[in-house]
Amino acid sequence: MTVAIFDYGAGNIFSLKVALEKQGATVDIIKTFDEANNYSGLLLPGVGNFDPAVQSMRKSSKTTFQEYVKDKIPVLGICLGMEMFFEKSEEGKERGLSVMKGEVVILPNKFKIPHMGWNNLKLRKSNPLMDGIPDSSWVYFVHSYRVKPKNDDIIVADSDYGITVPAIVNSGTLYGTQFHPEKSGKVGSLMIQNFLRECKK
Amino acid sequence: MTLTKRIIPCLDVANGRVVKGLHFESIKDAGDPVLLAEKYSREGADELVFLDITASQEQRETIRSLVSKVAQVIDIPFTVGGGVKTLQHARDILLCGADKVAINTGAVKNPEIITELMNLFGKQCVVVAIDAKRNYDSAKGKNVFSDGSKKFWFEVFIYGGKKETGMDAIEWAKKVQRLGAGEILLTSIDKDGTKDGYDIILTKAIVETVSTPVIASGGCGEPLHMLDVFKKTDVDAALAASIFHYETHSVDRVKEYLKENNVDVRL
Repeated sequence: MTVAIFDYGAGNIFSLKVALEKQGATVDIIKTFDEANNYSGLLLPGVGNFDPAVQSMRKSSKTTFQEYVKDKIPVLGICLGMEMFFEKSEEGKERGLSVMKGEVVILPNKFKIPHMGWNNLKLRKSNPLMDGIPDSSWVYFVHSYRVKPKNDDIIVADSDYGITVPAIVNSGTLYGTQFHPEKSGKVGSLMIQNFLRECKK
Repeated sequence: MTLTKRIIPCLDVANGRVVKGLHFESIKDAGDPVLLAEKYSREGADELVFLDITASQEQRETIRSLVSKVAQVIDIPFTVGGGVKTLQHARDILLCGADKVAINTGAVKNPEIITELMNLFGKQCVVVAIDAKRNYDSAKGKNVFSDGSKKFWFEVFIYGGKKETGMDAIEWAKKVQRLGAGEILLTSIDKDGTKDGYDIILTKAIVETVSTPVIASGGCGEPLHMLDVFKKTDVDAALAASIFHYETHSVDRVKEYLKENNVDVRL
């Protein structure tokens, strides 16, 4: 099975690639949506800044994200990748991919920013991504923004950082994690395995 | 706020091997970086720091390949530093599989690089390493501390602890935060390699000055020292090298000990 990682040209996508390969996937790095999509899944990695990342997609491709995935292949947006699902972000001026309703806001400055380190998940509902993963599992976060979905129903799990941080969102074939599964030890590997299982379907 | 305290093994690498020195000098061999990294990751290390202490131009290619080998065997965050002076060099390291880049001398020489790195890769990628040493001499305009009767200030050193800068570490920490550092890796040169505990005064002072996460480094000789730095300061993470390298203590055992003593850690 082959999945694609979209490269915004901003940073480390190597770890994500390695994490997917460890679970048996073949990984292509893509920089445009204009080529044929024969992939079983797409990953939007979690490094970079909102505007340059969104721009890298729009400038490189005539095909839009929506046209490319056509609600068919599962997409995993990690950190910034998940933030891009929403309509806008306080990190930039660009319009987001707008496949989820809501916005991205900066964490209140009474807390240490970035929210960086291991925090635990509080599960709101069951989800394929969480198969075999116990509630309260530790995952690795590093972010300065949080998502505020218009509809709370898409939130699968939260994390508590003094305020509630939506940690996993899911709507249809779109999955988002605010934390980095590729950096979250065994729990993260299991989550990637779960995502790849969805890609196989 | 349920972030755990992070335990971070550090690999000081010279010529492709992990080494350990005392007060930044008298170096000895401590093992293979890839094997050690894999072991620490498996034992539950929360993060890994990899410092190229030779950091010479010729070694750069070796380091790149080593960084990617390490990145392939671990599934935890990974910071790489040592001799990083340019954006291109930082980018190289990130593309080889590092999650964060630590800059020290490069940032002192050219503070704008902190902001440039932040703009390109995001704050979370930018770790500023500060090597500080107690200076007991004239202290005009410096933040003065005392330990018993002796008064001193903390001076920033560069080039692997070899060259003083005349800069006050407290002021420098404020400045790097303002410029965009996402984290501060704070090493006490006085304590490094001594195995008699972290510099609590230094750590506390920096933690109380900045709001970015701080990693305490230098002086850890036993798990008690980690407990001490977590109990006496609000530091976010503790880094150690030799206690893990020589199998004196394993990462998981140290974390169990901390947990037994009411420090919130990931187990």
